[in-house]
Order: sequence, then structure tokens, then C-alpha cells
Amino acid sequence: MLSFIGRSIIQKVITLFFVSVISFLIIHLAPGEPSQVDPLNPKFTPEMVERFRKEFHLDQPLHIQYIYFYRDLLTGKTVSWKDNQSVLQKIWERFLNSLPLFIVGTLITWTLSFPIGIRSAIFRGGLYDRSTTFFSYLLISIPGFFFAYILIIFVVTRFHIPVIGMETFGLGDASWSHLIMDRVWHLLLPSVLGATGGIAILSRYVRSQMLEVEGQDYIRTARAKGLPSEQVYYKHALRNALLPFVTMFGLILPGLIGGSVIIESIFSWPGMGRMAYEAILARDYPIILTVNFISAVLVLIGTFISDLLYMLVDPRIRL
Amino acid sequence: MNTEKKLISQDFSEEVPTVTKHSRVQELWQLLKKNRLAFTGLLIFFLFFCTASLGLLLTTGTKPIFDPAVVRLQEKLQSPLSKPNFEALPPEESPRLGIYLFGTDDLGRDVFARMLQGAWVSLTVGFVAVGISVIVGIFMGGIAGYFGQNHVRIDHILTTTIILLGGGLLAVGVISLGIVLLAIGSTYIVFSYWSKRAGRKRPPPKWKNVFYTDTISIDTLIMRFVDIMLCFPSFFLILTVVALLPASMYNIMIVIGLTSWMGTTRFVRAEFLSLREQEFVIAARALGLSNWRIIFRHIIPNAMAPVLVSATIGIATAILTEAGLSFLGFGVPPPHATWGNILADGKRFIFDAPWLTFIPGFAILIVVLSFNLFGEGLRDILNPKLRERY
Repeated sequence: MLSFIGRSIIQKVITLFFVSVISFLIIHLAPGEPSQVDPLNPKFTPEMVERFRKEFHLDQPLHIQYIYFYRDLLTGKTVSWKDNQSVLQKIWERFLNSLPLFIVGTLITWTLSFPIGIRSAIFRGGLYDRSTTFFSYLLISIPGFFFAYILIIFVVTRFHIPVIGMETFGLGDASWSHLIMDRVWHLLLPSVLGATGGIAILSRYVRSQMLEVEGQDYIRTARAKGLPSEQVYYKHALRNALLPFVTMFGLILPGLIGGSVIIESIFSWPGMGRMAYEAILARDYPIILTVNFISAVLVLIGTFISDLLYMLVDPRIRL
Repeated sequence: MNTEKKLISQDFSEEVPTVTKHSRVQELWQLLKKNRLAFTGLLIFFLFFCTASLGLLLTTGTKPIFDPAVVRLQEKLQSPLSKPNFEALPPEESPRLGIYLFGTDDLGRDVFARMLQGAWVSLTVGFVAVGISVIVGIFMGGIAGYFGQNHVRIDHILTTTIILLGGGLLAVGVISLGIVLLAIGSTYIVFSYWSKRAGRKRPPPKWKNVFYTDTISIDTLIMRFVDIMLCFPSFFLILTVVALLPASMYNIMIVIGLTSWMGTTRFVRAEFLSLREQEFVIAARALGLSNWRIIFRHIIPNAMAPVLVSATIGIATAILTEAGLSFLGFGVPPPHATWGNILADGKRFIFDAPWLTFIPGFAILIVVLSFNLFGEGLRDILNPKLRERY
């Protein structure tokens, strides 16, 4: 156990190092310059461009720039090139905005997909199963931005409720219940949209896991000794079908930082995804690289946690 | 001899005369026809393919039949199936069908012609991106699975470094040193290949053993690289690279392809690892077939099933990704229409001209759905566990 932990930590640190190198190279070798140091930018004189280049260490060779950048990042001193604010500070603010979306979306996904998946496994081949199958393919296939507009049209024309942004502007002295409902409405649509793909995939996965477990001998034994089918499904089958899902708790971690670029920009939600999008537009290298780095760290931590959880819940696995 | 063969074959044909022989393709076709959703998916895909090729023919050239670029400012935001105002239009600008089948957009361009043009973009982006990812995936996965046990030696690493350094120097502009390094690297490769072919007569001197030390296996190398690539948030990475590169359709295809091969690599590696231990591969090796012949003739055809399934679903994902990129404004550059950017342009008129959102939206939905259904159906059909015997 300890040796597994030690080995995988070393392995993950090495992976992280290569991720940082590759992302740094991709960003810096791509053609074009950040707008602050672009010689074609009419806002800046050549002297200012020269000063900015020096300030950003852009006049140094690449490997020196790499060391400078990650030294600043690890000591928390990186600043955005666009507005000179601390990158970690900015990311933290945006992260707090994205967090409610993530939490509500994850809750919706996990609470809806299990009942749907289990039910369609129990009644497999029936009308319910076939229609949920079709609907989950539909949800996987629908482009998120298109679905977003359908929902916006529906909610706005039907309920006359504004849904763009985090809250309606200028509700200063409304009653608190009104304010809360306003927040809830604004939160609901983007998180439902974030959850659709998840519901579709996860419920299919639950279904196939249930079906696989139901083919096992111990289920036949349980049936043969005359247990009620409720008990067979929920006590014998479900418990064993749940095993792989324990590991998925680790894998939802990267979703924390991802944020959906498209959905956040449709709903003008000032979250992580939108910040990353704006950073890409402005070629704000520190923010792009930091977001990339943090999400790589989260992916690695997530896989680590899921390996550990798998070892804990499944005694057959010894790594 | 000849008669003997004839006799034998006659014998066999008499032994099994009643079994109707289905070829594998026929059998798969039968199974596909039984799976209704997958069959519908295939049908829609076929229709889409015809539409896209027809669209390419009808919308390109100097005088296309459906011109997606004609701007008619007096006819903007006409609803679908509306008649154009023929008096206000010069005859060469009036729509070919006599009506605006799908309406017009905010510049008065015919949405039907633009949809036709966009179909081809979706199709090629899907196929080329997935083609790239499948080729890279099979290549990496095949090497990891088949040659994975071999180790990378120090001299390999040194040679690669020298060649990469030489190439880099050449690219930077240090011509002479770059050429020298490249030459050293390639001479070493040629030399080591030749000495391997010739067969080593005496053992290498002691000091050279340092260079022949094994480091890590090829399998580890490739799979760690896959792990590294999986650490990147994929849509964000694609968005970054596409935004930084100059806007063009080919960049999008290449970037989507190069960021989605990891799944295929894992499948292919797993298949290769299990297939190379099977009896028919051992038999082929015992017959003295070369590695390449074993790989291409014996292993790859047997390893294709999961690749095919993931490729079909990958096409759906690639089309969605391209539409998303176009929607964010990073897609195919503007005069060319794609379904994503018709939708992105139309979103400003969502309450006045909903068809600009709904027509491309449903088109993307239906095409992606058909690929997903066909892919899932294919997974069921190719899965021998679920297949019933005839």
C-alpha cells in the first residue's frame, strides 16, 4: 500500500513536469504575440513594447522563461499580463462563481442517473428502457449551445423570467425570497445544461453495470432461494454494481476547474470557463498556463483518489 | 496431383452440402438490419453523406447553382418557405428554387445554400479528424502492444536527442551545426541497422556497454505519454491551440485529431497484447512471417472492431467540437458557412428569426445522433457475446 502510494506520487510528479513543459511549449511556440507586446498594436510605442517584453521575461530564451514562470507560479506571485492582478486571486474569485454550477450540476447528475439506469436495467427491452436509451443518445448528441437556446426561449417566453447572468441587475430592495428565487432561476438553467451529458452517460453506465451483475451466478442463487425481487435488485445486484462508481468520485474532481466555456459564455456567467476563454482571446499566457496546470494537478489527484478508493472498496484489487 | 485435389474438395463439398454459407459481411448486415436504431443511424448517415457531396458540387465554383455568398440586403430575415420579392431582385440573385426554403439570414443570404455548404465542412472535419486520431492511435497502440516489451536503450535516446537538436538548430537557423548533428544521427542509425543485419561477429567492447543499457520499456514510454495527454482538459486545449494558430479548416481537423487519439491507443494496445499471445499469431511466427506481415495481415484485422466503434462515436464528437468552436468564433473563417457559425450568427435574432437557430441546430443534432446510434449499434453487433448464431 505505502509503496503503491509512493510510486504513484513519483510517477504523477514526473507526468506533471512533462505536462507543464508541453503546455508551455504549445503556448510559446504558437505563432503570434500577446496583445501587450504585439508590435502591430497601435496603443503601444516600440519603447513600451520593449519594456513589457523585459517585464514579462519575453526577451529571455525559452528555458529561462519556463523557470521564471513556474518559480512565480509555485510561489504564488504570477500576475496576469492583461491587468497585473494576481492570477491565483483571479482564478479563486472565478472558481467561487463556478462552484455553485458545479455542485448543483453534479447533484442533478448523480441523483437522476441512478434511478433511471436501475429502472431501465430492471425493465430491459421494455418501453421505458428503449425510450430512455433513445433519450440518452439524444442528450449526448444535442449540441450544448443549441440546447441552451431552446431552454432559454422556453423559459423566457413561458415564465417571463430573466436567466442570463448570475442575478438580475437592479433588484436592490426586493424582498429576500424574491432575491433567492432569482438566484435559483439563474442557477438552474446552466447547471441543468451542464448535467445533461453527464446524466445520459452515467445512466447508460449504471444500466450496463446492473445488467452485467445480473448475469452473475450469485444473483441466480438469490432468485433461486426465493428472495423477493426487490431484495435481489437493491441488495444483491445494486451493491455490486455500485463498485465502479465509487472510483468515479475521484474522476469528477477535474470538473471543478473545467467549467464549461460554451455554457458560461452563453449565460454570461462569470466563471472559470469564461475567464479561460477571455484569457485565450487576450493571449494572457500566465492565466492559460495556470488554468492548464491546476487542471492537470486535479486530474492526477482525481485518478490517485480513485485508485485508492478502488483498493478500499474492492478487496480483490492489490496494487 | 490435380485430380487428387479435386477429389478432396469434392469430398468436402459432399460432407457439408446443406449449410447455407454466410460471409462475415452478410452476417453483419443481417444483424444490422435487425437493430432498428442502428439501421436508421446508418440510413441518415448515408443521406447526410449524399447531401454533403451534393452540397460541395452545387455551392462551389465561379458560378455555383446555389450561391451561399449572395447578399440581398432588401430580403433579410425572410422566414422559411417565403417567396422572394422578384421585382426588387436582379434575376441572377433570386434563389434557384423560387422560394427561400430555409429562409434568409441577417444579410439576406439563402440559409438553404449555406446549410448545403456547411454540411461538407461537418463531414470532412468529422472524418479527417477521426482519421488522424485513428491512424495515430493504431500506430502508437500497435507499437506499445507488439513491441512494448523491448527496451529503449541509452544510445537510442542519445540518437533521438542529437537528431531533434539538429532539426531544432536547422529550424532556428544555425545551418552548419544542425546539418552536422543530423548527419551524425542518421549515420549512427544506418550503421547500427547495417551491423544488426550483418550479425555481430564479436561482442562489443566493454566501454560501449554503457550505451546499450536498457532504460524503460517502449510500452511504459508510450502509455506514460498517453497519461500526459489525458491530463489536458481536452476542449480547453483544442480551443487554445485553434485560437493561437491562424484560422483555417485544416488546423481544426488536425488539432481535433491530435488531441483525441488516446482512447484508440489504449484499445489497440489492449487488443494487441491479447492477440499476440493467441495461437494463430504464434503459428504465423513459427512459419517465419515477418513482424510487419503478422501485424498488418493477422493482428490488425482482428483488432479493428473496438477501433471502428470508437471511431464512429469519435466522428460524432468531432462534429460537435467543430460546431462548438465555430459557435465561439474560432471555427472555419467567416465567408465559408458552417452549421456552427450559422447558429452563432443567428443567436442575435433568436426571438425574431428562430429558424436561424433551429435549422442548423437540428441538423447538427440529427447527424450527430445518427453517428452515435450507428456506433452503439455497431458495438452490439461486433460484440460476439451478444451475437446470436443463425
